[in-house]
Amino acid sequence: MAEHGVTAIAEETPAEGWRSIVSDWSQDKQTFHVPWGKAMMWIFLVSDTFIFTCFLVSYMNVRISTAVPWPNPSEVFALHAFGRDIPLLLIAIMTFILITSSGTMAMAVNYGYRRDRARTTALMLITAAFGATFVGMQAFEWTKLIMEGVRPWENPFGAEQFGASFFMITGFHGMHVSIGVIYLVTVALKVLRGDYERAGGNYEIVEIAGLYWHFVDLVWVFIFAFFYLW
Amino acid sequence: MATVESGQVHGGAASHGQQHPIKIYIVIWALLFVFSAFSYFTDFLDHGWLRWGLILLFMFLKAGFIVAIFMHLAWERLALIYAILTPPVVLLFLIALMAIEGDYTLLTRLDFFSEPAPITASEH
Repeated sequence: MAEHGVTAIAEETPAEGWRSIVSDWSQDKQTFHVPWGKAMMWIFLVSDTFIFTCFLVSYMNVRISTAVPWPNPSEVFALHAFGRDIPLLLIAIMTFILITSSGTMAMAVNYGYRRDRARTTALMLITAAFGATFVGMQAFEWTKLIMEGVRPWENPFGAEQFGASFFMITGFHGMHVSIGVIYLVTVALKVLRGDYERAGGNYEIVEIAGLYWHFVDLVWVFIFAFFYLW
Repeated sequence: MATVESGQVHGGAASHGQQHPIKIYIVIWALLFVFSAFSYFTDFLDHGWLRWGLILLFMFLKAGFIVAIFMHLAWERLALIYAILTPPVVLLFLIALMAIEGDYTLLTRLDFFSEPAPITASEH
């Protein structure tokens, strides 16, 4: 009886437009027709969006309100290579690494649904390796700035708020990447071991982990634009 | 096998997942690379509306592709899409309010810090 009801709703639900929203929200049952883990991950990511926005907005606020000139990011983050200073070199490389890791993650999700365990595991581990590389480069960046005397309360380049914003924003993002690496490796090893095969071949978890990973990449897009380029 | 190659759903336990051709991910990946390169090159422009506009343009393009394609939001049902995309809209108010507040703080600081200078200047 209950199962019959579920299938009946799924069949009667309008597929598109505002009618589908009204219909989904007035079901008296499940609103989101996605696995529940995926809906929860999305809700978590929306809340995380608010946290990162708060950081970026506070950065915007202190940058607007300071009477001292803001340090020029393209000089502060320049790297000496090929005999001259190249602006934002390391940051650009980090951006490309994170985008590449998003690409490999998207493919891992795809192979997960095809139940190709070897390729899924390999692609997820490659993604995690790119993530670890990103964190390593960020550690290098932090070390370089700290050696140059950047602190959350002062720096030699200009407005004091620069250090606080930098460590807070990139630190929180780096923490997300680090957690993501652990998450991806955990899921990848479980895929390899065949845990999800025993659970009926459901590889939703790969997509859910992927959502988190793409979100980390997404946040970096905004940090890159607002903190490093602006 | 042909259905698997074209990324179509092919029954079994995998049938209710997001399954799309690998090619679309490669294309988006390449686009993200190109847009990242473009946004990197905005760093060579002078600070001004052209630079800021291009930074925002490439940022939103990249964000849009990541959310729509990589995170599969383009293929989700509208109820989920709106539940995810509408709450962040209120953040625009936060951004606007804090920008106004920042301006106000800056003006107050400029006023406060600059006050002694004109007096000493006029005394000489």
